Amino acid sequence: MKVQTNSSEKMTYREALRAGIEQCLNNDERTFLMGEDVGRYGGCYGVSKGLFEHYGAERIIDTPLCESGFVGVGIGAALGGMRPIVEVMTVNFSLLAMDQIVNSAATLRHMSGGQLNVPVVIRMACGAGLQLAAQHSHSWENLYAHIPGLKVLSPATHNDARYMLSQAIQDPDPVLIFEHVMLLNNQGEVFNAPDADMEKAVVRKQGTDITLITYGGSLPKVLMAACALEALNINVEVVDLRCLRPLDNHTILASVKKTHRAIIIDEGWKTGSLAGEISAIIMEQAFWYLDAPVQRVCTQEVPIPYPSHLEQAALPQVEQIIRCATILFAGEQ
Amino acid sequence: MNDKLHLDKAHLLEQLKQMLRIRLFEEKCAELYAQEKIRGFLHLYIGEEAVAVGVMAALSPEDNIVATYREHGHALARGLSMQSVMAEMYGRTNGCSKGRGGSMHLFDKKQHFYGGNAIVGGGLPLATGLAMANKQLKKSAIAVCFFGEGAVAEGEFHEAMNLAVLWQLPILFICENNGYAMGTALALSESETNIAKKAQSYGMPAWQVDGMNVVNVEAATTKAVQYVRSHQQPYFLECQTYRFRGHSSFDGQLYRDKAEIEQWKKHGPVKQLKHWLIQNHQLSDNDFNRIESQIKQEIIEAINFAEQGQWEPVEDLCKDVYSPATPKINTKAEQGGLA
Repeated sequence: MKVQTNSSEKMTYREALRAGIEQCLNNDERTFLMGEDVGRYGGCYGVSKGLFEHYGAERIIDTPLCESGFVGVGIGAALGGMRPIVEVMTVNFSLLAMDQIVNSAATLRHMSGGQLNVPVVIRMACGAGLQLAAQHSHSWENLYAHIPGLKVLSPATHNDARYMLSQAIQDPDPVLIFEHVMLLNNQGEVFNAPDADMEKAVVRKQGTDITLITYGGSLPKVLMAACALEALNINVEVVDLRCLRPLDNHTILASVKKTHRAIIIDEGWKTGSLAGEISAIIMEQAFWYLDAPVQRVCTQEVPIPYPSHLEQAALPQVEQIIRCATILFAGEQ
Repeated sequence: MNDKLHLDKAHLLEQLKQMLRIRLFEEKCAELYAQEKIRGFLHLYIGEEAVAVGVMAALSPEDNIVATYREHGHALARGLSMQSVMAEMYGRTNGCSKGRGGSMHLFDKKQHFYGGNAIVGGGLPLATGLAMANKQLKKSAIAVCFFGEGAVAEGEFHEAMNLAVLWQLPILFICENNGYAMGTALALSESETNIAKKAQSYGMPAWQVDGMNVVNVEAATTKAVQYVRSHQQPYFLECQTYRFRGHSSFDGQLYRDKAEIEQWKKHGPVKQLKHWLIQNHQLSDNDFNRIESQIKQEIIEAINFAEQGQWEPVEDLCKDVYSPATPKINTKAEQGGLA
């Protein structure tokens, strides 16, 4: 990756998210933040800490525990001319709001013959790694990426955490943003502009031998693996999907056509995963460019267990990515 | 019939006409369904017309309406043209949702008619959100949400009741209690069958209304709307009514007695108002026949309009899944900063 010429600032992923929310609230009076404990508590993960004191109860709205109710209210308010940011505390609870997201937000524009649109942004924490066990560790980005009418974003870098929300809030259609819990405390650089349009994948590291395709919480692992592979003289390219719906097929395919090998790293369960979808896209559109079968490194097919050693054994790991790449590369030497 | 509402002959005749319009329109829809001109599900409102007609008469054009999949009556009473509704039933591009929604998804943004929502209970949070937007944008419009008593068993009902009162939102809830959630009688699905009482427990005014009597419905709604607008707080009406036809076109009606249906039909909304007007010498058979033939003519024109409508080209299948692309903002990539 080329070094930024723009000035940058160091902050945590959490602070970058908060700065993004502040920008949206400052730019548009129709924007408000709504969700469970986003106000007085400061947000379950501390993302909205201090906003209530600054913006007041009308714009930082604490909701009762009723995901379907308040997500539906956000969608209705968007229909009525507001630009709401709705925080669902975690993806795990979003199933309770799935009716509103899938049956209302995603359908209204098409079903009304293009008369209506739903400019709502729904943010949620996602992912495993905090030993929160089977009901609080889900990666369901692909459930939502399956739904036409939704846009699904997965900011993996601090700069994306900072700017993707402000891009999403300008979009006339419903956008879901998944914020991986393992990224929140990390320090990183934030620049003075977004990396790219929110629907574009970005090549985070240029390479020639294998394309590693990933998103969200897995990107740091993939970049670590890429460094280790460099030492083994395997020059990988890293594609950060950023937007899971619509997928930026162009960037994926351009990279695979260049390197002729692909591994998809996805914290979702392998069966029915987004990794499976991307693999199929590559097979359909770049089959003759491939020098080896597409590989997937995904989460083991179990409910995520509590003990750290088992949780880590279930999740994609740097060593697995390195092993997979090494075997794939050696395969046709 | 009701002394709280200023009534004149012209208005009552108009209300009779509106109810009859819905009745005859839907009777024709049932025929067209049998002829396979209309497909999918067809949920008829026959028997319940007084609710939609009574409520709509008390609203202003800016108010936001959220209805259910049994919404032909609401759409017509709100002012969607019969032509655009019929064309929608035909699935043609001159329909009110360009033919994409069909019977269950009638939309008209200009009339602030937000569907046509076919997940029971799903419209309640949406309407609550519209009310929130109206309040935050300081509009005088209120949100009006129609739903059946079946929705009362859904969590979304309780979530919406709570949020509307908690946040003091200008919304009028209209529960159309027709006694059956598809085929399950109210007493078999609710521990407390007084739905207004449930709503009251959330801290809003809530009343039961004779939903077979259009004047009672309009009077109650007028009072409710004044309250919602002036207090910026929710209000609840449980309109007790009855569906004369099956739940949808696939209903053997094994769950209720024919005698019960006949009993309700005796004081059907159209019959009741017509009878009262005749008794009080406000309506002659000739007048009634004239109204009826006007409506029949309107229905013929609606069918012609629908028959002449176009099918949406298959090339447009995926149009409007998303809005047209918006102008991009500056990014680092465009500034040449990123690899």
